[in-house]
Amino acid sequence: MKKVMMYLKPYIVRMLWGFTIKVFGTFLDLGLPWVLAFIIDDVIPYKKVSLILLWGLSMLALSVGARTFNIIANRMASRVARNATEELRHDLFDKILSLSGKQLDHFTIPSLEARMTSDTYNIHNMIGMMQRIGVRAPIIIIGGIVITSTLEPVLTLVLIGVLPFLALVVYLVSKKGIPLYLGLQVSVDKLVRVVGENITGIRIIKALSTTEYEKERFSQINREVSEKEQNAGTTMAATNPIMNLIFNLGLTLVVIVGAYRVNSGVSQPGKIVAFLSYFTIMLHAVMAIQRIFVVYSKAIASASRIGEVLEVPEDLTLVHKEEKESFPKDHIAFHQVSFSYTQEPCIMNIDFGIKKGGSLGIIGSTGSGKTTLINLLMRFYDVNSGSITIDGEDIRGMDKQELRRKFGVVFQNDVLFADKVYENISLGRELSRDRVLETVEHAQADGFIEELEEQLDFRLAIKGSNLSGGQKQRLLVARALAGKPEILILDDSSSALDYKTDSLLRKAIRENYQGTTTIVIAQRISSVMKLDHILVLEDGSMAGYGTHEELMEHCEVYKEIYQSQLMS
Amino acid sequence: MPRVGGKPVISDKTDKPKDTGYVIGRLWNYVCHYRGMLTAAIVLTIASNLLALVGPMLSGYAIDAIQPGKGLVVFRTVFYYAGWMVAFYVASSILSYLLSVLMIHLSQRIIRKMREDVFTRLVELPVGFYDRNQAGDIISRISYDIDTVNTSLSTDVIQVCASVITVVGSFVMMIIISPRLVLVMLATIPLSILYTRFMAKKVRPLFRRRSAKLGELNGFVEEMVSGQKTIKAYAAEKSVLERFDRLNTETVDAYYTAEYYGSITGPTVNFINNISLSLITVFGAILYLFGQMTLGNISSFVQYSRKFSGPINEAANIISELQSAMAAAERVFKLMDEAPETLDKIEARDLTEVVGDVEMKNVTFGYLPDKPIIKNLFLHACPGSLTAIVGPTGAGKTTIINLLMRFYDVWEGDIYVDHQETRDLTRQSLRKAYAMVLQDTWLFSGTIFDNIAYGKENVTMEEVIRAAQMAGMHSYIKRLPLGYHTIINEDGMNISKGQKQLLTIARAMLLDAKMLILDEATSNVDTRTEIKIQKAMRKLMENKTCFVIAHRLSTIQGADNILVVDQGNIVEQGNHKELMERKGFYHKLYLSQFE
Repeated sequence: MKKVMMYLKPYIVRMLWGFTIKVFGTFLDLGLPWVLAFIIDDVIPYKKVSLILLWGLSMLALSVGARTFNIIANRMASRVARNATEELRHDLFDKILSLSGKQLDHFTIPSLEARMTSDTYNIHNMIGMMQRIGVRAPIIIIGGIVITSTLEPVLTLVLIGVLPFLALVVYLVSKKGIPLYLGLQVSVDKLVRVVGENITGIRIIKALSTTEYEKERFSQINREVSEKEQNAGTTMAATNPIMNLIFNLGLTLVVIVGAYRVNSGVSQPGKIVAFLSYFTIMLHAVMAIQRIFVVYSKAIASASRIGEVLEVPEDLTLVHKEEKESFPKDHIAFHQVSFSYTQEPCIMNIDFGIKKGGSLGIIGSTGSGKTTLINLLMRFYDVNSGSITIDGEDIRGMDKQELRRKFGVVFQNDVLFADKVYENISLGRELSRDRVLETVEHAQADGFIEELEEQLDFRLAIKGSNLSGGQKQRLLVARALAGKPEILILDDSSSALDYKTDSLLRKAIRENYQGTTTIVIAQRISSVMKLDHILVLEDGSMAGYGTHEELMEHCEVYKEIYQSQLMS
Repeated sequence: MPRVGGKPVISDKTDKPKDTGYVIGRLWNYVCHYRGMLTAAIVLTIASNLLALVGPMLSGYAIDAIQPGKGLVVFRTVFYYAGWMVAFYVASSILSYLLSVLMIHLSQRIIRKMREDVFTRLVELPVGFYDRNQAGDIISRISYDIDTVNTSLSTDVIQVCASVITVVGSFVMMIIISPRLVLVMLATIPLSILYTRFMAKKVRPLFRRRSAKLGELNGFVEEMVSGQKTIKAYAAEKSVLERFDRLNTETVDAYYTAEYYGSITGPTVNFINNISLSLITVFGAILYLFGQMTLGNISSFVQYSRKFSGPINEAANIISELQSAMAAAERVFKLMDEAPETLDKIEARDLTEVVGDVEMKNVTFGYLPDKPIIKNLFLHACPGSLTAIVGPTGAGKTTIINLLMRFYDVWEGDIYVDHQETRDLTRQSLRKAYAMVLQDTWLFSGTIFDNIAYGKENVTMEEVIRAAQMAGMHSYIKRLPLGYHTIINEDGMNISKGQKQLLTIARAMLLDAKMLILDEATSNVDTRTEIKIQKAMRKLMENKTCFVIAHRLSTIQGADNILVVDQGNIVEQGNHKELMERKGFYHKLYLSQFE
């Protein structure tokens, strides 16, 4: 909450102004019953209609003033909420873009998305509501006390006497209610998950005829959600009647105490009428608090979730390392690199080098750490020991963006954005259309793009779902090639291509990107066998390194793979 | 999964229901189950609101007993009415609490039943439905939409009833107190009605725009956050952030504009109230002056006028809330009304003692009307044989599987299992005769044990372990701190893609089905792991009729029959040798791997 509140700091002066205006407006609001009492007790005895009308006009004036000031204050509040939210969202998004792989794993992507969307929305809502409605109730209560004490101090004591009870109700309900709602949310998430699983797994569920099992699973969580909601609702339902009762009892007390005061000649009945009016106004204001109560409790949770992200220290900082001289000729070199995501070591003692313009294939079993090598090379994570150098310079000593600009990469399950084909390939690099057309051709994507009506301006659907798997992969390759990268990385990026397209693609890359150092992660030996070197990974260690021929001779693992893929 | 054309059936997000009468009727059916509770709720609503209406009247009487001047107060009367006030307020509060609780229980029961009904329908829908509709849309119906209905049921409905009672009651009370003073209200009532209507017209589009902009921003964020690795890799942070800033500004501006006008409402409502108060004060005072009204009358009247205007000002809000609840309910019912899979024939038999003889005779099928993609297909798979389905990506290889499993029904022709036409069999027994491993691995949030044992009843730990061993997963699972009781969490972060695949394979191994379907089953597992699986798989495939979709030619070479699919059509059929000799499409495909 603290971190998020910092965003309001620049607006404190403006908020104070708004608050002052609001206080002013509210006092005008509260002036009406005062005039009412005055008319009844002090004007009527003159028995002059014109005088009554005159004072009536002053009431109208107060009404106009109250509306004007309150609207101004509300608009100022909305403005503050708008600006603060805009900055908060900007910073949060910026921060998310700069998180390291480890930090992303920690937060998880769906959770970051939620923080970015619904959480910032909750904050926006809260900042506005707090200033508009949240402060109104306290102002009205305090203002009411101030104004009524000029009217009739003893009756004001009744009003003050009501407040502790009110505070107690708010306290108890917030203490009991908030945890109940938090618990409810957990169950709702579970329910959504079960539904989601059923949608994605519908074929399996039908194939295994487990619909009854799934219904039971849903029924359980459905019951859980229902019960929790019922509990939370029943608790919250008490607030309104209790607050109503407290005010109404206070109102009755005013009548009784007022009777004594009038009887002893120190007060007039008009004042009692005014007090009853004040009680009604306050009751409405306090009831409104209940509305922002839900908004507020949501916002607290949201604020702490946002704060968590904003407060994460920057990872992957620049480290100046002495330059290595041992592999001066190598473009890329791994020096005894070890790394783990958690405690379990993930890759161990990886050591190899690639010459400029050379090529490397990486092959190995699931979880053997192929993709991890790329994550380290592009510095999404930092190595635990050893070092990685490019042109002899430790990558930890390079600016992250500088470093990454050297690469053209297609990740495993890489993403396409809901944007034009051109934008997807250019990706913020402002490449010329000619250049994009050229790469499209190299990536063997020209065929299908020419068939699209808008060609490069064809808009992709979310996740590129209006393209086939093979078409998507070719676009991704085009994106990787478009920047004429120093280093090209293709991680499992031809799995959806047929053999023919795959081989044409390899040929195009060989011919047009000779100076580019290439790393290919693949499942098919045919995709890597013609590369300069092949690295065979097993359980995070190097099981073999060499050319296809060398590996066929010496590396058992490699031979096994080869034989499984081609006929003997 | 095949990309099926045609419009999604259920994605029309509007704010207004199309057929309100129908939706109300459907809702009424739900409510009717709890007629007793409903009656109680109505009685409580009327009672608690009428009780609340008595208060101001009583306080007026009490005030009339308080005459200005020393020693003129009639305490007996004051206490008498004060006592009644307390009694009525307490009773009213208790009743309104009971009412809220009752409504929460009632709406929860209805909502739970609705969710249950939607879900039951969901699992009964044909697979084709899921090919046409987005998961997010379906989920939002069962969570967000039903929740909207819920809120509306538990609060809005009561509020409408309460408002009507309060408005009518207050009005009657005011007429009783002073018909002449009610004329004053006639000036302010039209004012507030006109104002609310004006605001609704002006503000609603602004709020709609606000939601639309927010949705746009959410979409962008979702896309960019999930693609953050790519953004970083291309150092495109700056341009993405710039685009985000633009969208962000638009979003907060839309929010601000909506609030700029929306925030007039509160003060204006107050303003109208204040005008009423002023008018009542002035004219009340004049009437009092001429002895036409008592002080208590003015006091009661003021309080009733406040009660009276409250609901009228809320009306616009409630109406729009009810409208969106109706629209939500309509979306939910539309989902419930989707046609489920056609029922099994009444005389349908269970498929028992399966041998595994599968035959397609003269089958014609397509996803879109008039666009058959399989034409007059004949296919025979003997028990224990291996049929391979090959072809480039997106060529429609899963279509055959859809037909075998009866996820879709053929247009023409027949499919036989053990010489029985499949439409004469129950779907459940037919599907259970197959074990299936799909390309998209599917695991649910549960333990590893549950996931492997899924689909088979009364499975022992030994069986599960054996299946895991065959899939080459046992040594991995055993090393986990909780072993087979490890819970696979929602996004499967604690398990790799290949391991997920292995788990689904273990699941398939556990079923003793006579027929096996592998849909590119091992393409997520890379080669080394695949070797292990293939060994076990071969064991599993013994005595089973297998249908395998694969890119890998090594798998295909041993196949008894190869179906070559291109652009949805089956272009060639035969074994490897025959197809190579034909020098057709398969021949070309085969050779391309060595280029």
